[in-house]
Amino acid sequence: MRAVMAIAEKEFKDGLRNRWMIAITLIFSVMASGLSWFGSASVGSIGFSSIANTIISLSSLNVFLLPLIALLLSYQAIVGEDEDGTLLLLLTYPLTKAELLLGKLLGQTSTLAIATIVGFGSASLSIILFADNVNVGELLNAFGLFILSAILLGMVFICLSYVISSWVSEKSKAAGLALVIWFFFVLIYDMGLLGLLVATEGQVQADIFPYLLLLNPTDIFRLINLVTFETNGTGLLSIAAEQSFSISGLFMSMLLWILLPFWLAYFRLLKRPI
Amino acid sequence: MSIIQLENISQQFGRLSVLDSINLKLEKGEVLGLFGHNGAGKTTSMKMILGLLKPTSGQVRVFGQDPFLSDFNHYRYRIGFLPENVSFYQQLTGKEVLHFFAKLKRVSLNRCKELLKQVGLTEAAERKVKTYSKGMKQRLGLAQAILTEPSLLLLDEPTVGLDPIATQDFYQIVDQLKNNGCSIILCSHVLPGVEKHIDKVAILSQGKLAAFGCIPELRKQTSLTTQINFSGCFDISKLQQALGVDVGTQENGSFSLKIQPEYKLKTVQTLLAQPGLQDLDTLPPSLEQLYRHFVVGKPSQGGQMEQSISEIINSVPQQPEKSETITSKTGEQS
Repeated sequence: MRAVMAIAEKEFKDGLRNRWMIAITLIFSVMASGLSWFGSASVGSIGFSSIANTIISLSSLNVFLLPLIALLLSYQAIVGEDEDGTLLLLLTYPLTKAELLLGKLLGQTSTLAIATIVGFGSASLSIILFADNVNVGELLNAFGLFILSAILLGMVFICLSYVISSWVSEKSKAAGLALVIWFFFVLIYDMGLLGLLVATEGQVQADIFPYLLLLNPTDIFRLINLVTFETNGTGLLSIAAEQSFSISGLFMSMLLWILLPFWLAYFRLLKRPI
Repeated sequence: MSIIQLENISQQFGRLSVLDSINLKLEKGEVLGLFGHNGAGKTTSMKMILGLLKPTSGQVRVFGQDPFLSDFNHYRYRIGFLPENVSFYQQLTGKEVLHFFAKLKRVSLNRCKELLKQVGLTEAAERKVKTYSKGMKQRLGLAQAILTEPSLLLLDEPTVGLDPIATQDFYQIVDQLKNNGCSIILCSHVLPGVEKHIDKVAILSQGKLAAFGCIPELRKQTSLTTQINFSGCFDISKLQQALGVDVGTQENGSFSLKIQPEYKLKTVQTLLAQPGLQDLDTLPPSLEQLYRHFVVGKPSQGGQMEQSISEIINSVPQQPEKSETITSKTGEQS
């Protein structure tokens, strides 16, 4: 456990040192504040509209940004150490490969988590302080859930990054593959589902289709932030309305999306020629 | 119990055989010099000893344990390793790098300070590693390798990039560790100067152990000559008759002769009996000569390689000069 903490501490300090954390915090804070105050500008009004509107638009923007940030933060984790020669050295230390990977996950998740909490937390604080007629309890609840699911989504993509990172032998390849992963989950997958829906004229079995959304962690994230508001999502997510997912079920599938890639990354690291 | 024991180790990567039935032993407090050309299997052997690579066949024992098993982890506190190419963490300072490794081995920060001083990095401790020269990185690498005062130290090309004084300091540290009972494997290309710091020599060639033993033993196995240099006033032809060998003259006016080791004592006695003798020096076959003998000298192994190189070079028509020299060399040996 001490070894895990030592690795985590180093990763966290690296996040501070290379300004990653401050940059992510700023991005999240600006994005959240902007959306909560100017999110309804398109319908002709300025100012805080509603908690539901804010969270839903935040989650659809965050779904693009957060996976990209998480992938960028961690695609070098293993392959970078390997290229610097430190992976070979670290493995001669009293440290198992599982501890190394776990330490990295802990450190990089902390970086992302603190940025998420401070970034989105500051936005919710500004709403509490300056907006009229806001139910503070409801707001904190919604933002709490949003932040928690955002951290989990970040972890999913950090773990997916580790799979790439412990698989390939060059940093540049890892970077390219990280982009492919991002492109696939954020854009291609949903478009593919929509295409399938249109091509079959909605004839795919209605009770299976919503579950296909669970195969994409970004959709799970959006669903988590949707189901609390009892409003129907737009686009693809409206399909899920027919099938009511429970919050705990959605969190469980998110956890699976963390555990499986992490295990796969560990497996690849075991097989990796040193 | 031997610190390291390799029994019949073979390693294949696909169809490529990297190591072939290696048997090797290292006892407590011994320094083993592991030599060989590029790709001879030095680093592969080290990785096996460190438990990073499982041999295709054969048995590795370090401290009597199998280093590839996870149980071996607590023995790792007693092992130090300096890899050949390590650039550490560029954005960290030397001190931060050492502190990080110290935490992994549960070593106090005071010890780090002491070590930085010992390897001469106190001044540069607050600077980022990316500003370090090759030699400074090497010294930082040594510092992390000896964090715990290890019982086993593996050094892969430790003196690359070190200036002569730093090299001397480095060997001083090695000698000191050895005196404290640490067993050391020293892997190197640089042969001069290593000789007096090592107890045993292992020469790898083409994945095979071409020679293993202490230097005097290896000398006995070869028929390499001992050179005797001497100066003074002599009647050369009379002296040659007395000694029974040819005496050559050197540019600085001194003389030299080459004899088989077993005649050394007799020859020296004869020389000492000469009234005109002013100075005398005996030079047994150096490590380089031994290395050359074991790696290149055997036509069955070395010859093959040279031949294959000459074939490769011959097949490239742009380099006629090189191919000529190598072919003539091969000719000499065969």
